[in-house]
Amino acid sequence: MRPEDVYVVGAGMTAFGRHEASGLDLAEQALRAALDDAGVSWSDVDFAVGGSNVSGKPDSLVSRVGLTGIPFTTVKNGCATGGVAMATGVSALQSRRADLVAVVGFDKHERGAFAADAAAYGLGAWYAETGMMVTTQYFAMKTRRYQHEHGVSDRTLARISARAFRNGEAHPTAWRRTPLTEDEVLAAAPVNEPLTQYMFCQPSQGAVAVVLARGDRAGDLCDTPVRLAAITQRTRRFGSFEVFSPWLTTAPWNSPSVDAAEAAFAEAGVSPADVQVAQVQDTDSGSEMIHLAETGLCKHGEQEQLLAEGATDVDGTLPVNTDGGCLANGEPVGASGLRQVHEVVRQLQGRAPGRQVPGGPRVGFTHVYGAPGLSACAVLTV
Amino acid sequence: MTDVAPVDASLFASLDPPRLLGSRCASCGTVVFPTAGSCPRCSQATMEPHTLPDRGTVWTWTVQGFAPKPPYVAPPGGFTPFPVGYVDLGEVLVEAHLLVDREALGIGTPVRLVLEPVAAAAGGSVVTYAFALDEETR
Repeated sequence: MRPEDVYVVGAGMTAFGRHEASGLDLAEQALRAALDDAGVSWSDVDFAVGGSNVSGKPDSLVSRVGLTGIPFTTVKNGCATGGVAMATGVSALQSRRADLVAVVGFDKHERGAFAADAAAYGLGAWYAETGMMVTTQYFAMKTRRYQHEHGVSDRTLARISARAFRNGEAHPTAWRRTPLTEDEVLAAAPVNEPLTQYMFCQPSQGAVAVVLARGDRAGDLCDTPVRLAAITQRTRRFGSFEVFSPWLTTAPWNSPSVDAAEAAFAEAGVSPADVQVAQVQDTDSGSEMIHLAETGLCKHGEQEQLLAEGATDVDGTLPVNTDGGCLANGEPVGASGLRQVHEVVRQLQGRAPGRQVPGGPRVGFTHVYGAPGLSACAVLTV
Repeated sequence: MTDVAPVDASLFASLDPPRLLGSRCASCGTVVFPTAGSCPRCSQATMEPHTLPDRGTVWTWTVQGFAPKPPYVAPPGGFTPFPVGYVDLGEVLVEAHLLVDREALGIGTPVRLVLEPVAAAAGGSVVTYAFALDEETR
């Protein structure tokens, strides 16, 4: 254990779904659970990071857990909030501005699709008024183009959903725990063709927290500390196909997910083929399909075979979204990226709350993607 | 169509005939829509007004199956699903409503620029842009 490396030494979360409690209530629960898991108290924490898209000011949590005067940075990066929050905490540890960092993400969304403010994205009001500022439209259009170019079937999209709900069924904090057959997924209401109702996650409610420390003390705080071998974030470059884009360049070719994943694997010194448990952003089954290839976990078009063979199942060669992902947990935007980390940490520790990947996995990977075009990836190892 | 108002005047080079206004970078040739003050590719502030082609082909598409949240307003008769997609104009892809029957819609379908009433405006005197089936090319 090298002293300068950063480790996850504690993790905690609430169930995802619908709650009576407020967003800040949920955040406090998750934070206290993570501190308990690490066996530390809030007064031991000397730097905190929090993220929430719509459910309150994260730094106001200090009035609940303790007014200790520590720096508390708030981040807000759409669906990538959790990844960016953790990257911020890692920077504080690596620069030795902090010794024990708490990271918390939470959100409590209302029912229905996400609404977005055109002006906040630098777009004219006309874009939302004409019904084009809809995230599900983007996911569907990117999925259809991808299917056209790489020959992946609607059946594969259904297999992704069916696997997510199977994993969710076994997971105590998952929201959607009713298994669905591929045919049921395909026959559901077309929300945005080719994606049906059960190929989309829904905005939900929940909170997750992790406690981070350097290698010089991680072993004292945790029986099985999980090394954050890399955490990276990238915004889009010219030529990518992003949400909320009134125009695109012809033949879009790139994605911030490609860049963030490449950088994460390079930083960690491992290859995508080494990954034994993965989380990739599955706001919809089309996104999971595309992200599997954009992150390098498979080749473009290979998803058809991988899903048909069950390779992404918990007992497959590349277990993906073992807690059911966004599809089974819904997406509290600020918490979602940290849920991925929570699940991979537990899998690598051999104490998964749901289905445990067999054989003692040692290399995990997480990927989030957020509007208006950024990605954060992490490589975790034991 | 001379008594109609555009949903945003900056989108159009002209309404009759309908033509969209974008910007073209004098330094690197990148074409964007709507107009922009600087180039997202080369960062130069060398953007010039550029009228976009009015014919192209569908590059990808979906059908919006549920009513978007406000500020979108459904038509007086109630929401009905509408096709939307990106149209390949050769020099740029533009996102637009597609006034094409579901059965005729596919990647590569030829389309031409038209005006479409915006439901938000009573009486339909406000218009936006859309693409309809291009029977001539078809």
